[in-house]
Amino acid sequence: MVVPDSQVEVMTSTATPIKLGVKNLSIKYGQETALDNISLDIHEHEIFGIIGPANAGKTSFLKAINRMDVFNPEMQVDGLIEFSGHDISKVRNVYGLRSRIGVVFPLPVGLPLSVYDNVALAPRLSGENNKAELNVIVERCLRRAALWDEVKDRLDSLGSLLSGGQQQRLTIARALSQEPELLMLDEFSIAVDPVTTMRIEEVLKELKQEMTIILVTNLVQQARRLADRTAFFLDGKCLDIGITEDLFTGEVSDPRTRDYVEGRFG
Amino acid sequence: MFQATPVNHRNLSRQKLFRFLFGSMTALLILPVIIVLSTLIYKGAPVISFEFLFANPTNGMTAGGIFPALLGTILLVLGALIASVPLGVAAAIYLSEYAPNNWFTRAINIAIINLAGVPSIVHALFGLGAFVIFFRFGTSILAASLTLAIMTLPIVIVATRESLQAVPMAFREACWNMGATRWQTIRRIVLPNAVTGILTGVILEVSRTAGETAPIMFTGAVFFLPFLPQGVFDQTMALSLHLYVVSTQVPEMPEAVPYGVALVLIGLVLIMNSVSIALRMYLRGKKKW
Amino acid sequence: MNEKHSQPRRAVDFDRLNRAWYIDKAVQLLVFIGGISAVIFIIGIFVFITKEGLGFVIGDFSFSEFFFSQNWRPTSEKQTTYGILALIAGTASVTGLAMLIAIPFSLGTAIYIAEFATGKTREYLKITVELLAAIPSVVWGFIGLTMMNPLIIDLFDVPVGLSVLNAGIILGLMAAPIMTSIAEDALKAVPDRYREAAEALGATRWQVIFKVVLPAAKNGLLGAVLLGVGRGFGETMAVLMATGHSINIPGSIFDSVRALTATIAAELGETAVGSQHYQALFTIGISLFVITFIINLIADLIIRDVSKG
Repeated sequence: MVVPDSQVEVMTSTATPIKLGVKNLSIKYGQETALDNISLDIHEHEIFGIIGPANAGKTSFLKAINRMDVFNPEMQVDGLIEFSGHDISKVRNVYGLRSRIGVVFPLPVGLPLSVYDNVALAPRLSGENNKAELNVIVERCLRRAALWDEVKDRLDSLGSLLSGGQQQRLTIARALSQEPELLMLDEFSIAVDPVTTMRIEEVLKELKQEMTIILVTNLVQQARRLADRTAFFLDGKCLDIGITEDLFTGEVSDPRTRDYVEGRFG
Repeated sequence: MFQATPVNHRNLSRQKLFRFLFGSMTALLILPVIIVLSTLIYKGAPVISFEFLFANPTNGMTAGGIFPALLGTILLVLGALIASVPLGVAAAIYLSEYAPNNWFTRAINIAIINLAGVPSIVHALFGLGAFVIFFRFGTSILAASLTLAIMTLPIVIVATRESLQAVPMAFREACWNMGATRWQTIRRIVLPNAVTGILTGVILEVSRTAGETAPIMFTGAVFFLPFLPQGVFDQTMALSLHLYVVSTQVPEMPEAVPYGVALVLIGLVLIMNSVSIALRMYLRGKKKW
Repeated sequence: MNEKHSQPRRAVDFDRLNRAWYIDKAVQLLVFIGGISAVIFIIGIFVFITKEGLGFVIGDFSFSEFFFSQNWRPTSEKQTTYGILALIAGTASVTGLAMLIAIPFSLGTAIYIAEFATGKTREYLKITVELLAAIPSVVWGFIGLTMMNPLIIDLFDVPVGLSVLNAGIILGLMAAPIMTSIAEDALKAVPDRYREAAEALGATRWQVIFKVVLPAAKNGLLGAVLLGVGRGFGETMAVLMATGHSINIPGSIFDSVRALTATIAAELGETAVGSQHYQALFTIGISLFVITFIINLIADLIIRDVSKG
């Protein structure tokens, strides 16, 4: 299961090594259990969907991968998470780990910097100060996040004062500017209109060539459109995991999965 | 439909009574001070002139100007700022951005409250025992500035901590998510948005420091000095102590002189305070998120 | 789109401890030093004033003489005595009168600002109170000396106007703005839903204030009073200039007295470092430190309790 370092370095397009290996992962906040004994593998260059109702532990799952437990003494993570074969609980430089993982949370946060600086922040943090290079990155990321046309004439305005939908796409552009190996999107379409959502979904399909994507979504059809494989979380447990189409055609191991994807609860 | 019953009527008039009562208490608290300040301006203003501000005192301080005292106050305030602002900002960053919620952090908070609450004369004793005697700085600008710095440290810490905490947590989390270290987050997002608030605290500290008398009495300020200080190990005159001296220690002092000194001192303090308040209001009006 | 970024960065090197990591650790250490400096200073204050006063405390110090004799004769030719009872009485009488004035007025003002005043009036009142709190104590002393003194002599037909009354009023005016600010914070901390709930039951404004807001803000108001007491207790220049500075256990508010703080301020300059008199003044300092520390600690505990609940 553990991929040795040497193997990560010789990535080929034919092999699909495991990008993220999760074994017996449990997360508690004080006495509250948010996630209970989850095991799953996510392969490179796949879009991995996670569906499930509120409080299923989806967001906690992403936070654990990103080592946000460092900032919350209440949050207690047990089990093994391996990122490219590295046990992330043994990572000394968690900032380095996070810079390789892009996250988009449901509540958009435009930082109180200009739109340009918002997107240029991550490259700058990793030492990129070449103006021409930054211009290229900023434009590419804003285009991919379907925001470029709306803000290209006002890159100097404050990112924190954009509209909710624009801030959400700014957040996506920022995550892309990290050039992450793993991109995690948590219900990104909440604050975005349907047309823009479709545009971003197209981009995600392209991005699959460059990175691994975890797509947490409350829209089961979105998972069906995008995800190669999908897991169903309920009350902190992973009830089902498999090829997305199988989940939607009834090949499930837990009847509640069928009920959920068919919209009988949620 | 809503006819005033007798009870309602009584309640209403009682409400008016209380409004009047509390209103007049407010007026009684504020008016005397305004009268006093007006008198101060009325009696002090005629003395204020270019010469008064920029000449040396003459005739046993009964004539001439207050320049050495004014300069001394400025030097003491600058010295105190140089020592306390970096330390205070660092302490506030620690408390706001790093400190865990434990007994040790509580101890720091209690220490800050007590630094602000210990009587100024005790700070003077400390300055004398520590800086003048133990560290052998002698009665000097250095010793007096350091004493003032420690005394006013809580003002910088509290103002800085408040403006740091006014920056929403979500900005920090967004930054951390991108792989920024805590310090990168502070430097690029938190501090730039807190700097005006910190400045407000620093100006407030200036105003407080300029008016302090007791802490500098035995640590560096003297009644009269025939020359201007040449370095940090020299003694100096100071405006606040000068007011004490000319109003209590000098016989046959013309009445107007102490009024003039008081007016300059209080003008300095209140202008600084007003700037600080204005800055704060401006900050509140400016929306960045 | 551009070749430079089509090469994926190697996954293996993310755990390298880079420059940013080391800078972050260094800053963490630096700001921690800033944080503990406050603790070091407060301990330093206690250590240094104790060090200077120690000779007296372990030497000629008699607890009962020091605290219960009213003879403060440090420069007597025949027999020096160090009794601070009269000084305690001076400080207590002035602080007591100041609180008698400041408590009702600051609470009244706080209630007016928090519950009655609206919009611009409220804003201006708050700014005024803040500016009043900024007036330096030596200026207050000067006001007591030059304005209150003749006023008291004229009004009450007494020979001296520098007295408990003078210093008490001055100190009251000094402490009131600070107490007002803290009391107003405490009133503001009472959630609006309490007021709304009471008003929904048909209570009038003053009923809401007296039956709901004041009881709910009780601890914060007590904290404000305590901080005012601490402030009055430790005030130096104003009481030095306005009390008359004569050693006395006051029989009336028109008597001159002398305060603990003022005694240090007036006499320390005249003493030789290390002399018995010098050490005795530091011993007063130790007492002031301990008492204000306790007052501040209690006030903080009470106010903190409010912000928690």
